[in-house]
This record gives sequence, structure tokens and C-alpha cells, in this order.
Amino acid sequence: MATSATSDSPLREHGVADPMMPRPFRITRKVKETHDTVTFDLVPADGGTIAGFAPGQFNMLYAFGIGEVPISISGDPANPEVLIHTLRAVGAVTRALCDARRGDIVGVRGPFGTAWPAEQARGDDIVLIAGGIGLAPLRPAFYRFLTDRRTYGRISLIYGARTPAELLYRRELEHWRGQFGLDVEVTVDHAAADWYGPVGVVTRLLSRVRFDPIDTTALLCGPEVMMRFAIRDLTRLGVADDHIFLSMERNMKCAIGFCGHCQFGPAFVCKDGPVFSYRDVARLLAVAEI
Amino acid sequence: MQVFDLSALDRLVQVLGERGYLVIGPVLRDGAIVYDEITSSRDLPIGWTDLQEGGSYRLHKRADQARFGYVVGPHSWKRYLFPPEVRLWQLRRSRDGYLGSRQSSGQTGDNGQLDAISPATQGDLSPPRQAFIGVRSCELHAIHIQDRVFGAGNGARGAARGTPNWHDPVYARRRHDAFLVSVQCTQAGGTCFCTSMGTGPKAESGFDLALTEVIDGKEHYFAVEAGSDRGREVLEEVPHRAATDTEAEAAARAVARSVDQMDSGVRGRTMETAGIKELLYRNQEHPRWDEVAQRCLACANCTMVCPTCFCSNVEDKSDITGEHAERWRRWDSCFHRDFSYLHGGSVRPSTRARYRQWMTHKLASWIDQFGTSGCVGCGRCITWCPVGIDITEEVAAIRASDAQHREGEKSG
Ligand SMILES: Cc1cc2nc3c(=O)[nH]c(=O)nc-3n(C[C@H](O)[C@H](O)[C@H](O)COP(=O)(O)OP(=O)(O)OC[C@H]3O[C@@H](n4cnc5c(N)ncnc54)[C@H](O)[C@@H]3O)c2cc1C
Ligand code: SF4
Ligand code: SF4
Ligand code: FES
Repeated sequence: MATSATSDSPLREHGVADPMMPRPFRITRKVKETHDTVTFDLVPADGGTIAGFAPGQFNMLYAFGIGEVPISISGDPANPEVLIHTLRAVGAVTRALCDARRGDIVGVRGPFGTAWPAEQARGDDIVLIAGGIGLAPLRPAFYRFLTDRRTYGRISLIYGARTPAELLYRRELEHWRGQFGLDVEVTVDHAAADWYGPVGVVTRLLSRVRFDPIDTTALLCGPEVMMRFAIRDLTRLGVADDHIFLSMERNMKCAIGFCGHCQFGPAFVCKDGPVFSYRDVARLLAVAEI
Repeated sequence: MQVFDLSALDRLVQVLGERGYLVIGPVLRDGAIVYDEITSSRDLPIGWTDLQEGGSYRLHKRADQARFGYVVGPHSWKRYLFPPEVRLWQLRRSRDGYLGSRQSSGQTGDNGQLDAISPATQGDLSPPRQAFIGVRSCELHAIHIQDRVFGAGNGARGAARGTPNWHDPVYARRRHDAFLVSVQCTQAGGTCFCTSMGTGPKAESGFDLALTEVIDGKEHYFAVEAGSDRGREVLEEVPHRAATDTEAEAAARAVARSVDQMDSGVRGRTMETAGIKELLYRNQEHPRWDEVAQRCLACANCTMVCPTCFCSNVEDKSDITGEHAERWRRWDSCFHRDFSYLHGGSVRPSTRARYRQWMTHKLASWIDQFGTSGCVGCGRCITWCPVGIDITEEVAAIRASDAQHREGEKSG
């Protein structure tokens, strides 16, 4: 794939193939997580290898002839031979992707965007707060923290879904819950009779996990309202603005800073984000419809 | 400084053509001066000028035979560097099934590749070399701003966070080849404010050739400056001679005239830009946004005519057989409701939020993103707004009751 600018171009060449061209990946495994959410394992179908990724980054996934959408990488960064994505079917493109079967091809561009702060968080207690599909982008960070378990203090995961049937990665949650030094708290908005866990918003569970607010890094991913409440409660407890990180969602058409759709104030969520420190975006989060 | 006479203009067009350039210049069409292919100076809007005000554009006969006696029209060179629509690529499905076409094969497995027919079609990525004749100073600045948007400087912020700096191959190719013939402005347009934005009226650099049209009694000639080696090479093939002192002075006077017009307020407008980024950032809840939203139709005209606006939509489609897919990129606008769509609704459902996004981006967040303003003061958005919304007035209104002062009033 030839790129076209010559070296004396006023625009420096990035040295990669056309950044808008998806690469074909084959689905090697498909797991149904909930009634509308699936997890795929993908491997390159073009004979190439997979570029590594950092937890928090996303790919643009392309459904042939239908469209392309940003989807976070949800796998373990220590296991880069497969690319793992968890998708919820909400519209035309995600539905087409979720309908794909093992052996089918999906187009992939990426990885794009910024990462969760694994380095900066060293030595800190870690609090991950996820709502709904928001657990998918946080899972790679959780894996990373578990891999370097001794590097961090207490690790807590607070996860909320609408109903018990909509919880992702159930078996893994059970497994993590049993581990020493990990607090895993799960809540649902609406529960049936067979649910024995807590009911209500995720921020209620903050008081059930242990962390030292002065030395805590918090990672948030979920609906914007949920993140706002979580930020409010974390800052009240004394967690510093630059120790709270959140993954933002905006419409994305290119993921490389050209289409303008993902703008959030001066930030392009596709390249300055999706992971931001709260300190960097506090001004923006305070304004409605920005 | 050199000069050449009227007939040399034709020679210039010819030389550029011989060198393989598609020559694009101002032409009169449907009551406006737009940019399109020209083959000789006869195609230019000879003897015409444009009268512009908020929401109004009219052509008017001049008393002279000026070739470049207008200011700027609804087109900008953007359309030739960043085309309004471009096919980014085409793909064909190979034998095996793909997403969404489960009927095509029960079996899965081998060979389900995305076959690239071409990374981008010939016509799209290998456009003809283009020469632009009549590039105004503000337009040169707009091109330099888009250079940053589509390549150098893009992601100044992302770079700090370790994300790569992409460049857009569609733009890069066209831009690299483009031969720029500037024409100095010798009169200000009704909605111009380049002197406020530091973008004109005199083109100082960044061109291959710069012409100043001088009409002085019976005399009618062009003062010429070359700004690059290829500019000098082309000029060598066009009959010219060194300018006399009188001619050089006449050229300088002609450009000074447009400065005077803007400074004295006879024509054009002004915008105070001191601290404008902070001004807009701290006034995101200013009542003026509600007021302007009452008038704004969210028609997106302002973004389409703006020479720096770069937003685009990416559209994927396939043919009826489902075997062939294409990706197109088309100009888009932050004024469209769906621009910021996330499942469940738009991030900016109100016109207030969309106008605020546009103006704040142009004048404030652009500075954070690309180290330069996103406005060159060309006045197009004012002229082509059907209701005459004027970005200079909007800034002035916000400045007049800045949040800082409003706070002051409350406490005082
Ligand atoms: C950085 C990032 C990471 C994401 N990670 C995941 C993930 O891991 N799993 C997952 O299921 N979803 C994720 N999403 C959301 C996912 O991109 C949207 O659900 C998807 O774009 C919806 O597209 P659609 O065509 O199916 O829906 P429609 O509602 O038909 O959307 C139409 C178009 O609007 C845009 N759009 C709609 N909703 C969103 C949205 N939430 N975010 C961005 N663009 C949107 C897209 O361009 C889409 O094609 C992520 C979004 C972002 C920005
Ligand atoms: S914002 Fe208006 S005046 Fe400024 S460059 Fe764009 S069209 Fe011209
Ligand atoms: S400011 Fe004027 S041109 Fe721009 S969207 Fe509003 S009505 Fe249309
Ligand atoms: S997604 Fe296109 S600029 Fe960010």
C-alpha cells in the first residue's frame, strides 16, 4: 500500500500505510456475554502480526460495507497474540458486528488513543469503577494491575449493571472476588429475587471498598452521569483530581484527528483521549452540551 | 520586484499548463466569483467586483478592466486540497462470507480477506497537479492552517501523550504539488477583517508567485514577486522586466489602500483578539449564546464556506451484491445535529451549543489544538450567513459583558 507524500512535502509522512484502511482479522472465538453483548477473539487474516496495545486504547472495527465504530480493547495486554473486543449491539454497525460468527472477517484499524496510567499509579491503591459496557475498557487495566500485583496497593473493582443478566465476564468476576487483596463489588439497578448482591448506583459501593484516598488512583468508565457522581464522591473523600482518570466517549469517524467529530473542548477524544485525567477535563465536564 | 504586462498573464497560464498543472482561478458563475479551471485570462472575471455585507453578496461592474478586482467568493482553495467528497478506498470481498451476509456461506474459514482493489483509487490519490491563481493573503494563511490540521502540527497535544501524529494522504499529495500564485488585495471586502487576524492583506510568504495588479490611469500591469525556486523558474518563462521605482511604489500604495480601508472602517471590520481564547473559555455560559441561537438556522453555510473548517464524515457503503464496498469522506459540519451523535442522542442537541462549539473552536480551542487561530478573517461566514450573523459582532458582544466583569458587577 503506497502512501503518497514525498519526503519534501510540507507534511511529514507518518511512514505507515493509509491510516484509513482497515486490516482483515478473523474471528476465532465468540462468547455470548449477555443477550446483546459478545466478546470476540480476533487474529490477523492478512498474515501479519498484532501490534501491542496499552490498556485503555481502542480500535475502529469495520463491518464490511456497513460502517466502522470505535471499540475498546478488552483483552490482556500480556497476551497480545489475540485481539479481544467486547461489543454491545446498539445500532446498525454494532449489530452487524455482533451478528458475525466464528470464522468471519472483521476490519480493524488501530490501536488508537491514550492509556490508563499504569506507571503513574505505582504504589497507589487502585479503585476501578465501571458501569455497563464500561467494564470492557477497564479489563485490560485490571489484568495489568494483577500481573504486577506487588507494584500496587489494594485493588478494588466496583461494577454496576442494570440487571444481573447484564453483567459481563461473570465467571471472571467470581474468580477475582475470591482473591486475596482484591475487593470486587458488584451492584445492579434492578434485581430479581435470585439476586443477593447490592442494588443501586455504583457510587454507593465506594464505602464498602478499602483505599487510602491520599494514595489512590481511580479509573472510571461508564455513562457520563455515573462518572460525574463517582468523581464527586472520590474528590469528597480526598482523591486528587490528577489521580482520577476517566474514559470519554464521543462520536468518532476517523480516530486519527481529522474528522473533528470527537471534539471535547480542545481535546480530540480519539488521540488526546479517550483516557483523560480529571484535572485535564474538569473545566469541560462542568459545561453541559460541550 | 519585477513587472509584467496584461498579456503576460496569458503566458503564465500557458506555462503552468505546459508544466502539467491544471490551472484553477476565479471565474464568474451563477452570480458569484468561484474557483474553477481556466485556460486563459479571458476566463477571469474581468471588470467585476463583489459587494459584500452580512448576509449579502452582489456582483457589480467596475469602471476598469481589473482582472482581480473582487475580494473572495463562496469558494476557497480548500475544495481543491481537501475535496468536498473523496473516495478513500474500495474493497472487494473474497469468496468467503463476511459480516452481515450470512446467507452467502454456511461454511466459514479460509480466505475471507478484505481484498484491497487499491488503497485509494487512482483519481482520488493521484490527482492532477494543480496551480491556483488568485490566492489571497488570508487564503494562504488558511492553507497553512490546514497544513497543520492535516499533517504537521496535528496532534500537538496527542504527541505529548505519546499518540502518533498522522497525516492525511489525500491532502498531502495535493498540497505538495500545488503551485500558488497569490494576488495582493488592493481593496478590502465589506466583511474582511484580516488586519485583525494578522493574515493580510499583503501576502508576505508561502506563495510561489505573488502578483499585485496595478491600474493607474492608462497603465495596467502586474508587479511580481517570486517566493520559491519553482516560482522563479516559471517566471523565467514569462516575459517580464525589473520594476521601476515608480512601479514598485504604485504596487505598495495599492496594497496600503486595503489596509487603510479596514483600519478606517470604510470597508471591512475589526475583531479584538487579545486574550480571546481565555475570553471564550470563561464565557461558555454567556447569555449571548442564547441570543445568537435565536437567529442561527444551523444551516452550516458558515462552515462550508470557511477556508479552514476541516470536519468530515466518513461513509461506508456497499453495492447491491454486497461484494464490493467503498469508503467516502465528505465535508461535514458541527452545525448538524447528528455530528455529535452517541446512541441515545446528540451531545449538542441545541443550536446554542452548536454555534458555541463552532465559534469557540475557530477562535479558542483551535489555538490549543494547532497553535494558531482557526480564523483568518476572510469574512465568508458573515457574507454567506443567510441571516447575517457576524462573528466579529458576536465576539464584541461577549467581550462587552465578559463573565469576569459580570461577576464584578454582582459583587460590586
Ligand atoms: C473510545 C470508545 C470506546 C468504545 N468502546 C466500546 C466497547 O468496548 N464496546 C462497545 O460495545 N461499545 C464501545 N463504544 C461505543 C460504540 O462505539 C458505539 O456503541 C457504536 O459506535 C454504536 O454504533 P452503531 O452504528 O451500532 O449505533 P448507532 O446508534 O446506529 O450509531 C450511529 C453512529 O453514531 C456513532 N455512535 C453512536 N454511538 C456512539 C458511541 N457510544 N460512541 C461513539 N460513536 C457512536 C457511530 O459513528 C455510529 O456508527 C466505544 C466508544 C468509544 C468512543
Ligand atoms: S471563521 Fe469566517 S472569517 Fe474566519 S476564516 Fe472562517 S469563514 Fe473566514
Ligand atoms: S451562523 Fe449563519 S451560516 Fe452559520 S449555521 Fe448559523 S445561520 Fe448558517
Ligand atoms: S475521531 Fe475523527 S478527529 Fe477524532
